[in-house]
Amino acid sequence: MVEFRMPSLGADMEAGTLVEWLVKPGDFVKRGDIVAVVETQKGAIEIETFQPGQIEKILVDLNSKVPVGTPLAQIRTEAEAKAPVTVSPAAAPAAPPVTLAAAPVPSPAVRAPAPPPIRPAAAAVAPVSPAARKLAQERGIDLATVKGSGPGGAITYEDVQRRLAVAAAPSAPPSEKKRAIGLDLPAMRIAIAAAMARSKREIPHYYLEHQVDVTACEHWLADKNAALPPDNRVLMGALAIKAVALAARGFPAFNGFYRDDKFEPASAVHVGVAIAFRGGGLASPALHDADQLSLDELMSRMRDLVQRTRAGRIRSSEMSDSTITVSSLGERGVEALYGIIYPPQVAIVGLGKVVTRPWVVDGAIGPRSIVTVTLSGDHRVTDGHAGALFLAEIGKRLQEPDRL
Amino acid sequence: MTDTDIRKVIQEELNNIAPEADLARVNPTADLREAIDIDSMDFLNFVIALHHRLGVDIPEIDYPKLVTLDGAFAYISAKLGATKIQL
Repeated sequence: MVEFRMPSLGADMEAGTLVEWLVKPGDFVKRGDIVAVVETQKGAIEIETFQPGQIEKILVDLNSKVPVGTPLAQIRTEAEAKAPVTVSPAAAPAAPPVTLAAAPVPSPAVRAPAPPPIRPAAAAVAPVSPAARKLAQERGIDLATVKGSGPGGAITYEDVQRRLAVAAAPSAPPSEKKRAIGLDLPAMRIAIAAAMARSKREIPHYYLEHQVDVTACEHWLADKNAALPPDNRVLMGALAIKAVALAARGFPAFNGFYRDDKFEPASAVHVGVAIAFRGGGLASPALHDADQLSLDELMSRMRDLVQRTRAGRIRSSEMSDSTITVSSLGERGVEALYGIIYPPQVAIVGLGKVVTRPWVVDGAIGPRSIVTVTLSGDHRVTDGHAGALFLAEIGKRLQEPDRL
Repeated sequence: MTDTDIRKVIQEELNNIAPEADLARVNPTADLREAIDIDSMDFLNFVIALHHRLGVDIPEIDYPKLVTLDGAFAYISAKLGATKIQL
């Protein structure tokens, strides 16, 4: 039996409200199935399971707000389901506790053990990081009520932050039972504020810009799209994301997570696509394995992602595991944007407006389409020189659109 | 399809993309990208929707003709009219 837990859908998420169950006890689920909808500060998120099996028991009632890591349901694994054993409620407490190592959640953001509900702790003495101790003292948190996620159960700064958030989170009043699922822009603003403030506090950013001639991309797109029905047409944004994804594969120091004072490169390239909401707000769900997708596939997934995000239906895996972010503001005439890195990522690439500029090609001046590509990098992980090479690689990739 | 029908389809499809936009209050000659804050992805979805609903072909090169309410109406009307004559 494994527990399906409230996932962490980003560094800034502390708790979520369970607003819809899409499964009931007895249902069989496979890896990637959407089993529940959780409302967070980022809006309603569809939560997928990574554990195939049979739903044994739902543990959290609708409209309950619970901290990240709280078990939401029990799933009997496929092996258990094949050899049915009735687990009576009385027998359940005797079952060995599910350790986190057994929880098959590959998302890096979910790896850390979750904070338990607030309760008086046993007298066990866990190691405490100095920063965690200082924060706990400042905010009047009893360290005995904080569960550590570090080595040997050590209490980290983030554990205390999580505990603070749980303490601050109001539980949903019963009158909210019929609350509509959707985007909560004021809550999203608070989440953005928390993530961006943390980024600026913790990440020493450096910023670079590189002007790239995208005339070849424009011609290539015009040729390609002229022969296609609108459903299959590709936008410049898709070329840019693919170029960044391919470049990131060759520059792993820009693709991954900085956690617990060290950088962990990611094995896949999941590009977070910054998507603005009309009326304010922003989300950057992941386009998974963007480096592996054909351009047509990437474009089709991006269209789907943008539509679902703006409709307030993002999937849990898309919220938590972007390894690098791409943001574009070119459509509003901005020529260069210097992004703030979304922790725990270590880089964000910005794309400006494509402008026509006099440009020297083969010794002659002519009009060319130029875009300013920027990089905000985490100086704890990389230096400007590496950033310059990474940007140059993106530029090079954009010279050969037929190879993207 | 009457002129009113065409305008209605255009407005409905734009509202599918930007539900909060009050198109009755949008200047019919204003650039929709600014007037109701839509981007290239939204605009592509608008073109796709018109293509599916009305069967008109809208090549990329014609996109600039559709960026205002009046422009979109004139373009679609002309396309539908041309189709009729061919039939």
